[in-house]
Amino acid sequence: MMQAFTMLTGVAAPLPIANIDTDKIIPARVLRTIVRAGLGKNLFDTLRFDETGAERPDFVLNQPAYRHAEILIAHDNFGCGSSREHAPWALLDFGIRCVIAPSFADIFHNNCFKNGVLPVRLPREICDQLMDDTKLGGNARVTIDLARQVVIRPNGQEISFDVDPFRKHLMLNGLDDIGQTMAHAASIDAYEARKTQDRAWLPAIPVAI
Amino acid sequence: MADARTLFDKVWDSHVVERLEDGTCILYIDRHLVHEVTSPQAFEGLRAAGRPVHRPDGTIAVVDHNIPTSDRSLPVEEPESRLQIETLEANVAAFGVPYIPVRDVRQGIVHIIGPELGLSLPGTTIVCGDSHTSTHGALGALAFGIGTSEVEHVLATQTLLQKPALNMRVQVDGKLAAGCTAKDIVLAIIGKIGTAGGTGHVIEFAGEAIRALDMAGRMTVCNMSIEAGARAGMIAPDETTFAYIAGRQFAPEGEALDRALAYWRTLPSDEGAHYDRVVNIDVSALVPMVTWGTSPEAVLPITGAVPDPAAEMDTDKRARLERMLDYMGLTAGQKLAEVPVDVVFIGSCTNGRIEDIRAAAHVAKGRHVAEGVRALVVPGSGLVKQQAEAEGLDRILLDAGFEWREAGCSMCLGMNPDRLAPGQRCASTSNRNFEGRQGPGGRTHLLSPAMAAAAAITGHLADVREFA
Ligand code: SF4
Repeated sequence: MMQAFTMLTGVAAPLPIANIDTDKIIPARVLRTIVRAGLGKNLFDTLRFDETGAERPDFVLNQPAYRHAEILIAHDNFGCGSSREHAPWALLDFGIRCVIAPSFADIFHNNCFKNGVLPVRLPREICDQLMDDTKLGGNARVTIDLARQVVIRPNGQEISFDVDPFRKHLMLNGLDDIGQTMAHAASIDAYEARKTQDRAWLPAIPVAI
Repeated sequence: MADARTLFDKVWDSHVVERLEDGTCILYIDRHLVHEVTSPQAFEGLRAAGRPVHRPDGTIAVVDHNIPTSDRSLPVEEPESRLQIETLEANVAAFGVPYIPVRDVRQGIVHIIGPELGLSLPGTTIVCGDSHTSTHGALGALAFGIGTSEVEHVLATQTLLQKPALNMRVQVDGKLAAGCTAKDIVLAIIGKIGTAGGTGHVIEFAGEAIRALDMAGRMTVCNMSIEAGARAGMIAPDETTFAYIAGRQFAPEGEALDRALAYWRTLPSDEGAHYDRVVNIDVSALVPMVTWGTSPEAVLPITGAVPDPAAEMDTDKRARLERMLDYMGLTAGQKLAEVPVDVVFIGSCTNGRIEDIRAAAHVAKGRHVAEGVRALVVPGSGLVKQQAEAEGLDRILLDAGFEWREAGCSMCLGMNPDRLAPGQRCASTSNRNFEGRQGPGGRTHLLSPAMAAAAAITGHLADVREFA
């Protein structure tokens, strides 16, 4: 079940890199898990740790001020690459509930909403401004108010962002998509009845293949 | 023409179950392909909610990512891989989902076996918890990758919640010169439009050069639509498509096939249909392509040289270039055709089909892999392997010093025992050259199967046109 997202005030960590792909967020070799929890320890694995597994002190999430960051600010095309949902699971498990960037890859963007991680698209200049704000250290607390669709800078300035109304509704209420769709079961049944006529040529896949 | 629709529009429209107020659609899914990596948490979710699989007869499961490509009679050694495989087997048994077992000759990479078994058909919707599901679009299907929550959603309802994508047409004109392949076309397209060039769009590949491709080539092109940022890639079905489908195990036959064909012929985009974006590319002067960086858009003709970051004015871009060269262990100005390789990988859902293995064998025949180079050929499925062996391609490759392995994703990603060691450089026919993709610290150059074979023989990236 999805955790609701209403209002979040937290430390924001700057990650001024474009094209952060899902292999960087969570490498394929640690995906061999059969549960959702526990992936936070491998978040940004190759950026956070060196070959011996020791922390790289220069990586932002290894710095004391940002260890408990709940918001990430990045550059363009965040989340490109593989469709693995382990990427938002890893972010969530680490404690990150919101990523702000000028643009996101489609599948990742979708996957975030489905897991209670809010992706916020803001122009590059604003992302850079927010990154500057984070240099205020522990004071750099940013607020995200989903109901009002605003990001509030440490100086109080409000920046509004767009969000799909349907996604917003689900996020605010912590609703899962399946329950929503199942409310339309009658339409699905009717479609399937129609389909057996329209696409009668489409073979069913037998259980014993 | 207001009513003129694209191929994408037609497939989309015929699968809308219901349009919700805000424009989100409940989209019906004809075929759901399931594999071991992105499904365990979905079945876990179903179990927790007490939900069954809504349409097992529209679902098929197979293992590919984790499976070792060595002797199949041996147990899977890595415990985490074994657990994912066993978990899938337990889940398909519990939920009654059709499954192709590991030792079945039809086992293979999910995107190879869908078309091969006649499961992927024109005018259908196909999803899988894997971004390269775009491959199946080569048959005129709407096929795209989904996340695990969506896998669970499809298992539970056989539908997805989706908003329609924008239409983009990539018009590929001209005739390919000898030595160039579908892989070079798609790398050139990505080089031109960038890895975010198709974001929000479904790309329809059209034009003379696409029509001239066989189905294997069309699948290679659609496979990498995702590397161009697109949600999916599609190619209008034509006689080439229909000839490919006929006679495959799960394809319609007899009267059903006639009805299907009549419908499939209505699918190509209408004259005057609207595209939100059109890109034209002429491939007559194309030269075989190879990537030099850690993004598929970092690609150049094999006759080129490693770019110089100092020539880049934009500081962000310069920093990115410097990082790529540093990771790849390359220097500015270095000739691509002189870059030595340690490993060559021929396989994956991009280039693991019989046509790809034939192309590699053609270059390898009567030659030998260079000293110190490890070269793997991994068929995309058991059926591809069987076919290659029937044609004697395995012998040609083995005699030339290549390894001949069992079907699977293999070295496309560092998830099974076929991995690069840190610092190793690989000429690879796969689709991603991200840092660490083929193993931590591994360096990847993407290219076509013929180009990969040429690299194996010479021990460095090489121009296959010199191998007449
Ligand atoms: S071959 Fe590579 S890209 Fe294709 S499904 Fe397997 S891991 Fe994914």
